[in-house]
Amino acid sequence: MSETRRIAVTVNGACREATVPVRVTLADFLREELRLTGTHLGCEHGVCGACTVLLDGLSARSCLMLAVQADGREVTTVEGLASDRKVLHPLQQAFHDHHGLQCGFCTPGILMTLVELLRDNPNPTEDDIRIGISGNLCRCTGYQNIIVAALDAAKRLRAAAAAP
Amino acid sequence: MKPPLFSYHAPRTTADVIALLGRLENAKLLAGGQSLMPMLNMRYVLPDHLIDLNRVEELRYIRDSDGAIEIGAMTLQRDIEFSEVVQRRCPLMHEAVAQIGHRQTRNRGTLGGSLCHLDPAAELVSVAAVLEAKVSIAGRNGARTLDFAAFPVAYMTPALEPDELLTGIAFPCWRPGHGFAFVEFSRRHGDFAIVSAAALIEEDKHGKLTRVSLVLGGMGPAPLRAHNVEQALIGEKPEEKRLREICETLRSLEAIDDIHAPASYRRQLATVLSRRALLKAHERVVAKEAL
Repeated sequence: MSETRRIAVTVNGACREATVPVRVTLADFLREELRLTGTHLGCEHGVCGACTVLLDGLSARSCLMLAVQADGREVTTVEGLASDRKVLHPLQQAFHDHHGLQCGFCTPGILMTLVELLRDNPNPTEDDIRIGISGNLCRCTGYQNIIVAALDAAKRLRAAAAAP
Repeated sequence: MKPPLFSYHAPRTTADVIALLGRLENAKLLAGGQSLMPMLNMRYVLPDHLIDLNRVEELRYIRDSDGAIEIGAMTLQRDIEFSEVVQRRCPLMHEAVAQIGHRQTRNRGTLGGSLCHLDPAAELVSVAAVLEAKVSIAGRNGARTLDFAAFPVAYMTPALEPDELLTGIAFPCWRPGHGFAFVEFSRRHGDFAIVSAAALIEEDKHGKLTRVSLVLGGMGPAPLRAHNVEQALIGEKPEEKRLREICETLRSLEAIDDIHAPASYRRQLATVLSRRALLKAHERVVAKEAL
């Protein structure tokens, strides 16, 4: 019989309580228990970056964490980016405008990685972005339009921050 | 690709960790999880008990003590990367940490986790070796300290008893203005290095080397201290031609031969990266020692 724990995690601003087996990863908890399937699972051993979420504001691979470790902490997933579900986050809009995705499997992980990067470094160079997403594998795009979208998103976010 | 069944423990103090280690059979310590979690997901390890150290706050600290920087085993690589004290007093470690994996892994990965996992190509393992760090270990029979040189006992095997854990590491600081460089070669950014070179140097006012420490990572089961090169360099001016001659002697080193690179290629990297690291360190020397 699998050992379980009661946990309470703030996910995208809402407190979610559940009883989970201790061996369940945070990624599986988000997808299976909370039905937040925007977080994707590619390799399940910390190489592809598709499962990247923010834990207390810092990007982390949710396949390399247990759900019990997120007890009492704050998780943001790709579902938390467009808060009212009608208006995309500026980063998502830039990906849409610049075709920053093809199949879209890696996109949630790349978005979450870039949210942190653009928050900490609002004026990144192309190199900063290439290094920043080096832990996220994309097999379709060759990264070119991802870089273009990320640079444009940075510009939009700077303009929004500067607006009165 | 899911972790096996285990019992989970989340102690709050080092004393509780030691008590658990003494009581539980087949227990494994979980630090940042950036190596152990993949190993669990792939069922390379099958522990009956997982002891999570992430809530042991007393193992997270960076202290600027006399002549050394002391860092708790559960300090995040991220916190070392952004530490002003580390950057100022131990710039080599700052440069090396920025080359570990990716931002997502440094946000979770810890100093102690990396040192205990002891991958021979890991950046922090080389940093501990080149700085002659001292590791603090606690267990049922009390605490002890060990020179890092004696910490790796075999491939990926640290000198820890089953009831012991690594609690902290002291990194002796070099004189302000010393030269430093950490260079590595990998096929993609963020991968483990095939070979890395960590160099620390001090020079006199004539530009002659007075102190050198050089460590190669990825060559064998543990970081390799290049004592012969260090000795040959003392009293020399680190000019490219002379460095090339001296570093060429590294081509006689033993090296591992695996899927990533043959031994001959690692030996080639050892000569080239050592020269590059020493040259870069030389360019960064600010303070010349008084005669």
